[in-house]
Amino acid sequence: MSTTTTSLPARAEALPPPTERYTVLGWLHKNLFSTWYNALLTVIFGVVVILLLRSALEWALTQARWEVITANLRLFMVGQYPAAATWRAWACVVLLALLIGLSWGIWGRNQRAGAITFGALPFLLAILAHGEARVALLIVGVAGAIGFALSRWRSAQLQRITILGWVIYFPLVILLISGLGSADGPLSLVTTNLWGGLLLTLLLTVVGIVFSFPLGVLLALGRQSSLPIVRALCVIYIEVIRGVPLITVLFMAQLMLPLFLPGVTIDRVVRAMAGIVLFSAAYLAENVRGGLQAIPRGQYEAARALGLNTWKMMLLIILPQALKAVIPILVGQFIALFKDTSLVVIVGLLDLMGIAKAVLAQPDFLGLQAEVYLFVALVYGVFCYLMSAFSQRLEARLNAAR
Amino acid sequence: MANVPLPPPDSPPRMSRVFWRDDRFIQLAAQLIVLSIVAGLAIILVQNMAASLQRQGIALGFGFLDNAAGFDIGESLIRYTNSDTFARALLVGLLNTLLVSVLGIVLATILGIIVGIARLSSNWLVNRLAWLFIELMRNVPLLVLLIFIYTAFFLKLPRARQAIRLGPIYLSNRGVAMPWGEPTETWPIYLYIIIAAVGSAVLVAIGLRLWQERSGRPKPIALPALGTFAAMAVVGWLVLPQPPLTITTPQIAAFNFRGGLVLTPEFMALLIGLVIYTAAFIGEVVRAGIQSVPRGQVEAARALGLNSRRTLQLVVFPQALRVIIPPLTSQYLNLTKNSSLAVAIGYPDLFAVSGTIINQTGRAVEMIAVVMGVYLSVSLLTSLLMNWYNRRVRLVER
Repeated sequence: MSTTTTSLPARAEALPPPTERYTVLGWLHKNLFSTWYNALLTVIFGVVVILLLRSALEWALTQARWEVITANLRLFMVGQYPAAATWRAWACVVLLALLIGLSWGIWGRNQRAGAITFGALPFLLAILAHGEARVALLIVGVAGAIGFALSRWRSAQLQRITILGWVIYFPLVILLISGLGSADGPLSLVTTNLWGGLLLTLLLTVVGIVFSFPLGVLLALGRQSSLPIVRALCVIYIEVIRGVPLITVLFMAQLMLPLFLPGVTIDRVVRAMAGIVLFSAAYLAENVRGGLQAIPRGQYEAARALGLNTWKMMLLIILPQALKAVIPILVGQFIALFKDTSLVVIVGLLDLMGIAKAVLAQPDFLGLQAEVYLFVALVYGVFCYLMSAFSQRLEARLNAAR
Repeated sequence: MANVPLPPPDSPPRMSRVFWRDDRFIQLAAQLIVLSIVAGLAIILVQNMAASLQRQGIALGFGFLDNAAGFDIGESLIRYTNSDTFARALLVGLLNTLLVSVLGIVLATILGIIVGIARLSSNWLVNRLAWLFIELMRNVPLLVLLIFIYTAFFLKLPRARQAIRLGPIYLSNRGVAMPWGEPTETWPIYLYIIIAAVGSAVLVAIGLRLWQERSGRPKPIALPALGTFAAMAVVGWLVLPQPPLTITTPQIAAFNFRGGLVLTPEFMALLIGLVIYTAAFIGEVVRAGIQSVPRGQVEAARALGLNSRRTLQLVVFPQALRVIIPPLTSQYLNLTKNSSLAVAIGYPDLFAVSGTIINQTGRAVEMIAVVMGVYLSVSLLTSLLMNWYNRRVRLVER
């Protein structure tokens, strides 16, 4: 064998593997008309799609009254949030753009095309917007670009600052939007009954993530605990919450929290937040448990052998690995949480769905359900799509690193 | 290295250890502390609740369920009037929930399998359409979908007089009207015949199965069993003096339909929303399950001379099922729990009915307990059933 290989000419002269190249017709034949039933399917679905697209486009371009969206855009975005404090919501977006720019530059290798498209988005929106929103969108775009530019200057310190930034970003958002106790001044208190629209939807999500995450981790640890009473309590909590619909938990929070805590006035938004946190924690606990179960026994034994006590073992050895293993699943859970916040409309909150209902009750815009709900679906869709695209990238990256 | 003094050898464990250093004691104490904190919190909360209820002049108890409900329910599977009790109203709600859940699960499974297979199709157009459908459904909240279908489609349909006709089916803002069988006097007898037919079909299937195992040769099983059932059903229909069902077609009356089966827009919107939303998730489950079967299995089956139908039936499908069943179970549970969104579009399911009862009586605590208990039992029953099925199809490892 070895003689034949040495007698052959250099390997570089070997022909390249045949590449699949199709003409247009070849592609059509392979992908659409390979067999008689595929051809039939193609024709049937092709006709249906063309007919549907034609009537949908005709409706969207000629009959739909999109002014219901443009006239109420502010309501859809922030609800009744006071105009004097709108800059705070924008500040949150600017900070987010900065963080995304930084993170993209640091971790998003070889994705310059995506970065440019994404980065151009605020500027494109700025062309469509006018007045205050245009200026704000320009600032958002510039913030993103600054973050991206800063990240070129690769340093470990910058990376640490960015991670820290993400960790404090969410509590900071809650603080910024709700404000502080004083009645006037730049950071005056904005009561939660003024929160609304997309702002409320996002805040419910953020609060849900920030508070249910530690609770979920604790519950998962409790379920894995060797102490039977602790384990039983956690199992009961998790299984009961997972066995009932979110809407019953929300209702319970609305109706029973005031009964449980008399004398304390808890407003409706906070009650809804409590319901969402309690609900989401049970699901997160199950996801984290999956990660905990994926950790080999040897890791526990090695941590013990190093003389770590239970808490140090969990915090330093087990949880970091377990959480990393389930990051994509956690992102999926957060997407579900984001979608689930729409249920607060049933307990009478004015989130994106609630605003949609309120807008449809305006005498000028009666009967425009299709336009309004398509717009709402589009907003949810864009956010969910971005989050899941991010999660897929992350999953690929984590798998590659393994 | 050598001059590092060795630590003194451990002293042998003393028999009389201080008891608070003992692991068993620490564990017991920790559990007792946790338990007392949880119990203490629960006691405080319950006491608070009792005090607040007393201040509002409400006593806890389920006695009120026997009182007359006094409200009407839009649709019901059993006879119900507003003078019936709250308990019966709840039963109506529960039956409505079960109806939409069971129908939804069956239809979503069928559509989901189609979507999952379409997602694996070699036809580019079919494949992309299935992908688009899945992405659309997964990125929009179910509530938005339901309200969109209800308000932007069903309520926008023309009035009953100008109903859209699709063959024998009418579409209008009063819902979907279709021909339906009206039971006649002989219907109860026919029901027994149907039960007997099912029984004989099962017996035939078991007999053929035993024969197949005895002889070691494949025998047709499904066809003879179905044939037995169909033959008995048809003969029964013809033998009875009067046909057990008369078909009535819907007629347009003043504002509504008369005759036939009329499905309300609320029911249809809820069912369609639940089915297409869940089907997208089931489609992904099915796709993942089929893709989890290694190619070698298919090639091995072909090498053994099985044709493509037998390959699917005997090799791919049983193995895919093992991967599919657990996530499919959670989709079924999700669909059942999601049916509580009916309250948003006015379909009287269990949750909507209990909401009405809370508004009428102020008995929030009891009603929430009842509703949560019912959903919990339904969830537990479904997962027990599916776990039992899962054990049957699971890989038996040697």
